[in-house]
Amino acid sequence: MATQHSRSAARIMMAPAVFLLLVWMLVPLSMTLWFSVRSYLPLRGGDQGFVGLENFTRFVTSSAFWPAILTTLIIVGGVLLISIVFGILLAMLLDQPMWGQGVVRILVIAPFFVMPTVSALVWKNMFMDPVNGLFAHLWRFFGADPIVWLSDASVFSIIMIVSWQWLPFATLILLTAIQSLDSEQLEAAEMDGANPLARFAFITLPHLSRAITIVILIQTIFLLAVFAEIFVTTGGAFGTRTLTYLIYQRVLESQNVGLGSAGGVYAIILANIVALFLMRIVGKNLDR
Amino acid sequence: MARAVTTQRKALNTTLAWIIGLLIFFPILWTILTSFKTEAEAIANPPVFLFFDWTLENYAVVQERSNYMRFLWNSVIIAGGSTILGVLIAVPAAWSMAFVPSRRTKDILLWMLSTKMLPAVGVLYPIYLLCIQLGVLDNRLALVVILMLINLPIIVWMLYTYFREIPGEILEAARMDGAGLKEEILYVLTPMAIPGIASTLLLNFILAWNEAFWTLNLTSVDAAPLTAFIASYSSPEGLFFAKLSAASTMAIAPILILGWFSQKQLVRGLTFGAVK
Repeated sequence: MATQHSRSAARIMMAPAVFLLLVWMLVPLSMTLWFSVRSYLPLRGGDQGFVGLENFTRFVTSSAFWPAILTTLIIVGGVLLISIVFGILLAMLLDQPMWGQGVVRILVIAPFFVMPTVSALVWKNMFMDPVNGLFAHLWRFFGADPIVWLSDASVFSIIMIVSWQWLPFATLILLTAIQSLDSEQLEAAEMDGANPLARFAFITLPHLSRAITIVILIQTIFLLAVFAEIFVTTGGAFGTRTLTYLIYQRVLESQNVGLGSAGGVYAIILANIVALFLMRIVGKNLDR
Repeated sequence: MARAVTTQRKALNTTLAWIIGLLIFFPILWTILTSFKTEAEAIANPPVFLFFDWTLENYAVVQERSNYMRFLWNSVIIAGGSTILGVLIAVPAAWSMAFVPSRRTKDILLWMLSTKMLPAVGVLYPIYLLCIQLGVLDNRLALVVILMLINLPIIVWMLYTYFREIPGEILEAARMDGAGLKEEILYVLTPMAIPGIASTLLLNFILAWNEAFWTLNLTSVDAAPLTAFIASYSSPEGLFFAKLSAASTMAIAPILILGWFSQKQLVRGLTFGAVK
């Protein structure tokens, strides 16, 4: 039993972490809120006073806003679709008996450990370069004109690069979940005459539903924040400007802090909607 | 019981899995191979796979031209420093939440998690401004603190899930034998907690090493780690595939090796204990 003494000791031990995170959350957040209602241009006159909600309306009515939202949705959705569908298939394959399972797992998980700037540059240059990239060689080998990936198929290219990084994550989590599936259940179903498709649809998939939900939520939070992959490939050009990148450009490139901060508030609200669902699942897990 | 599988079926699984595995791994393999080529071979058409004149020249050139070691050192300091600092702060917090839970423990844990969900770009300017005003833009210590704060929720969560697996009866037994709080922590909990702490250190070192939002936006020269160094290759002149590959290989090799040790912890750490 916890005594009064250990309770107060516990509080003291928790204090530094709680205090630091509180400061880390409140100070920048309140600054962003403050800037978002002011006209603040550090390089062009500085703080020009309170403007109410003007930044918020200007941010959403600017011609860049809706394309950025659309790009964000396409990139997040595309990567999610690829990593979940192929993640399930790959996890099921890796769960099968085979030789060298451990090595294959290492090969599959490796891209997740590659730093984003490296993976973006390797893809951009060594694969997608329209003159010297491997894809260009491959296309020419089949007598086709090489694709200028990062300008003609820019959003698709970004999805490919980011999926390469996140498919391993999805696979690993789904594999962990699949391995906890009771194989006797599958055997029983098989004996009762259920075909592989039915076994997948009625046993494996329901068993994976929680893991899939978690992958979707966690990846969404990380994918909404994708930055380095765009920064070093297209720099936001050719329709690859996501909400995150648009805010970055407003704040640091054009130094329109008021407008960018209003965008930041939108991004925070968006992320929090996703986070709310994630926290509900994680929280349920805590009660167990 | 494992199901009996025919050798034929197993061979099919093996072939398919290896093909897909190698396909996914290929960009990394190709980068490593290219780093040992000359620039001419690196862009040769048809591409040369293994039969080229292996050379270490690119590694020497990268180090010479850009003082690679300095970026590497910055990465080590920033990733290592932020991880160790984070664990030092998180251990007491996770310990108390795991062993002396109160009604508010769950709320505190979830609130900590919510700070991790805050999109970085939403607070980019405030942090940038604070760094300028404190004179710590492009400063390693500032990045140590920022990355520590970013990963602190994950560190607390990971440690919490590990600590919670330590049976409480052991603590009670120790208390019965007259162990005080100090002895309890030092002789009972620490030995049992070391594997969990090690896993936490490992995963968070990797996350901090690869962090590429704050390191790109808050550094320029002095404190720039490998993420920023590699990004500087994004606007190249002339032939450079082999050198890019050499620089990339050096930047990812240590983390790939560490990463392979941390697969299991990765699942636990990044799903906040929801998938084990």
